[in-house]
Amino acid sequence: MTTVVCRCEDLTEEDIVEAIEEGYDELETLKRHLRLGMGPCQGKACLLLARRILRRETGKDVEEMKEPTARPPSRPVPFSLLASPDEGGEDDD
Amino acid sequence: MTEKYEAVIIGGGVNGLGTAYHLGKKGFTDVLVLDKSYLGYGASGRNGGGIRQQWTSEDNIKLARESRKMFERLDDELEEDLEFYQGGYLVLSFHEEEAAEFKENVKLQNKLGVDSKFLSPEEAKEIVPELDISDVVAATFNQSDGTIYPFKVIHGYADRVREIGIDIKEHTEVTDIVTQGDEIKKVKTSEGNIKTDTVINAAGGWSSKVAEMAGAEIPNVPVRHEIMVTEPYKRFLDPMVISFEHGIYFSQSEHGNIVGGIGNPDEEPGLNQKGSLWFLKNFSDTLLDFIPRFSGVHMIRQWAGFYDTTPDAQPILGSVPEIERFYQVNGFSGHGFMVSPMVDKVTAELILGEQPSMDIERLRVERFEDMDLEEEGGVVG
Ligand SMILES: Cc1cc2nc3c(=O)[nH]c(=O)nc-3n(C[C@H](O)[C@H](O)[C@H](O)COP(=O)(O)OP(=O)(O)OC[C@H]3O[C@@H](n4cnc5c(N)ncnc54)[C@H](O)[C@@H]3O)c2cc1C
Ligand code: FES
Repeated sequence: MTTVVCRCEDLTEEDIVEAIEEGYDELETLKRHLRLGMGPCQGKACLLLARRILRRETGKDVEEMKEPTARPPSRPVPFSLLASPDEGGEDDD
Repeated sequence: MTEKYEAVIIGGGVNGLGTAYHLGKKGFTDVLVLDKSYLGYGASGRNGGGIRQQWTSEDNIKLARESRKMFERLDDELEEDLEFYQGGYLVLSFHEEEAAEFKENVKLQNKLGVDSKFLSPEEAKEIVPELDISDVVAATFNQSDGTIYPFKVIHGYADRVREIGIDIKEHTEVTDIVTQGDEIKKVKTSEGNIKTDTVINAAGGWSSKVAEMAGAEIPNVPVRHEIMVTEPYKRFLDPMVISFEHGIYFSQSEHGNIVGGIGNPDEEPGLNQKGSLWFLKNFSDTLLDFIPRFSGVHMIRQWAGFYDTTPDAQPILGSVPEIERFYQVNGFSGHGFMVSPMVDKVTAELILGEQPSMDIERLRVERFEDMDLEEEGGVVG
């Protein structure tokens, strides 16, 4: 049975286990190698499950590992919302 | 138990691993690479992946030109798709004065074998049709520039380096470098001591701290630089677009994400890796001035890393005067990925006492004492 772990980047449990076996055995390297958690939802739907798999496969206490320094917004934001209201894009007034 | 290696490389970024790779290729494998975190924790795992040869100083043009050629072969050498996409770099100018300098830069680049071109705003728009050129005065373009996926380069090197028989230890922090007279005796780490007489300082933003451990002085200062990524889109942007005046750069990765950053001229030096609101606002404002049609494009993540800066924005290479066999590979001032292949090859040659493939005398640390500096003016971000 194939379990999809990360829908945004189309990754299955098998992909993740394989990458861990290749040596990407912590969340930060696993993420960058597979682009796991890097999709539009920024990992909301997959990182918890990925952590669980990582813990199972490596025996490491993944919760204890360093948190990433990236700061995702809570959901994808268009540039028109981030820019100053009086300048920038054509449809951001 | 004390371990022993012929050489210890501090830093598991592109330059530490690249140097290990070149040493290993020459059969010198009694080498240990250490990183205090995971491979790519430093700037190598946080950068824009830009590979540019359009520089203003002769040293940088040559380093970048040779490195670009090496990147073109690196996929095959490492048996890994590194996503090197040669969509060119489009450099925009908004002032006549700067445009005149661009003409001179192109002349020098052409003379040194880099095929850059001086373009009118209309010609620039042909390359990026969405570009708002109302304030653009001129541009330069070089097709063989491009972008690469940094993480794949790092892991491509790491896998090969391990295969060759070189050891890599992550989560091992160097805390001291013990010297006697002008000789290195050992390296102290969070995981124990390592005997060695040769140390390579490839510690990126932390390199001046590492130099200090050995009692050597380098003038490097870390400065935060921020960057962001959008959702992936089907390719519509071929080149990396940059402007020195605005400090902005952006490109589209092979995966389809727009990746870009902007420098904050008021950024204070320091080891701060947090993302800021200043960045989001200023990047968005400038980006929409350049390409109004990006207004509906969605940003998904922002992060930060360090430029390891030097007074002349050029790297520091070679050994230092105070201590024997203490090699520097740092001070890249925001462009250490694109020059790494050649830099790392030359560093390996210097360590082995071979004739270097490129003369790096002008890039030694001694230049800050006894030479007129040629400042690299082409730094962006
Ligand atoms: C936002 C941003 C965008 C950039 N864009 C580009 C670009 O488009 N093109 C380009 O060419 N360059 C770019 N750069 C610059 C480029 O990323 C760096 O110059 C390059 O990656 C430096 O690589 P490095 O291996 O020398 O150092 P780093 O990658 O910084 O590696 C240093 C390593 O040393 C380790 N370390 C530090 N101290 C110790 C210690 N005491 N013990 C053990 N390990 C230690 C760190 O953990 C780190 O992993 C950018 C940089 C940033 C921040
Ligand atoms: S499901 Fe993994 S990033 Fe969205």
